[in-house]
Amino acid sequence: MDKQTKSILLDPLYVKNPITLQVLGICSALAVTTKLETALVMSAALTFVLVGSNTVISLLRNRIPGSIRIITQLAIIASLVIIADQIMKAYLFDVSKQLSVFVGLIITNCIVMGRAEAFAMANPPAKSALDGLANALGYSFILIYVALFRELLGTGAILGHELLQPVKAGGWYSPNGLLLLSPGAFFLIGLFIWVQRSISPKLQEEA
Amino acid sequence: MDLINLAIKAIFIENMALAFFLGMCSFVAVSKKVETANGLGIAVVFVLTIVTPLNALLQNYLLKEGALAWAIGPEKAAGYDLSFLGFIAFIATIAAIVQIVEMAIDKFSPALYAALGVFLPLIAVNCAILGSSLFMVQREYTVLQSLVYGFGSGVGFWLAIIALAAVREKMKYSNVPPGLRGLGITFIVTGLMAMGFMIFGGIQI
Repeated sequence: MDKQTKSILLDPLYVKNPITLQVLGICSALAVTTKLETALVMSAALTFVLVGSNTVISLLRNRIPGSIRIITQLAIIASLVIIADQIMKAYLFDVSKQLSVFVGLIITNCIVMGRAEAFAMANPPAKSALDGLANALGYSFILIYVALFRELLGTGAILGHELLQPVKAGGWYSPNGLLLLSPGAFFLIGLFIWVQRSISPKLQEEA
Repeated sequence: MDLINLAIKAIFIENMALAFFLGMCSFVAVSKKVETANGLGIAVVFVLTIVTPLNALLQNYLLKEGALAWAIGPEKAAGYDLSFLGFIAFIATIAAIVQIVEMAIDKFSPALYAALGVFLPLIAVNCAILGSSLFMVQREYTVLQSLVYGFGSGVGFWLAIIALAAVREKMKYSNVPPGLRGLGITFIVTGLMAMGFMIFGGIQI
């Protein structure tokens, strides 16, 4: 693997993570992470859309006129999201109900638009697909981290399997309800950023 | 009265930014100064108030199952369900309206145009806008209800972003641990604000 491919693949996982460093795609990262299951499904849907949109946009990059590129990109992304949504409604109806509007919101997920604008419009299809995959993985990584802690500490279970027996069921663990509510998600991501930037001081911002 | 309740609910209890995490990207990125936050907030209120009822019109008279009854009669219309086209129809409306609003403001009020500046085009991809249209579909609002809901959600977002920007301006004078500076502390502050807004959840209306 040459150096450039390696950096396309590995940078978005850590040093250029879409959520904690590029500040893209935060809405869904916070909203769908009360349970690990929804987070996993959401990550899969985003991976599909992001790889697909980066590839298609990159294939068309020399034919899209600059003045209408935003709406062209939106049309491509929206079509892919419709496909993902219909597949989920057909095979994973319960999860798709829980995700509610957030599947549709992949269209305006800034990661998808951001990568299309910043990478796919200027690079060949294979590289763009790889960039899409890497960014989707970086996003999924944060989603799974947040969901893992929210579900484990908020309910005492992971994927429905009880690990910490809650007091209500005769156990010892008293679930922390705050983590299931919106503030919990903000704190978890804030703490992740703190840890990440303390380990790699290069990433720190000036106040 | 129901409409007032709906507006209060949209502004405080179901705050777009703090309870549903919508529009978070611009919420975090454009809240360094109160002035710019104010510009974005006004633009969001403006676009939401126009776009949500328009999309409600589309949904209720074109896309929903049986919605074509006004054109081809209820019996024939019952077989048509175009709601899977919702996403693409809504996003197209949003992009088009943002473009038109931008041109209209540029023509009629250059001062407002200068103030809103770069935020208007950015709004097309703000999830709060698409989100409110999708909530409108899910909760089956009528056109009038969507007008109130769109306006309410916009005002809620405006309030939240100004509050965050004000906190961040003051934070310049405090000694934040180096790893938390910038994005990290913004998340923690937003979390605390979200906790504050949760108080409204106790209101019965």
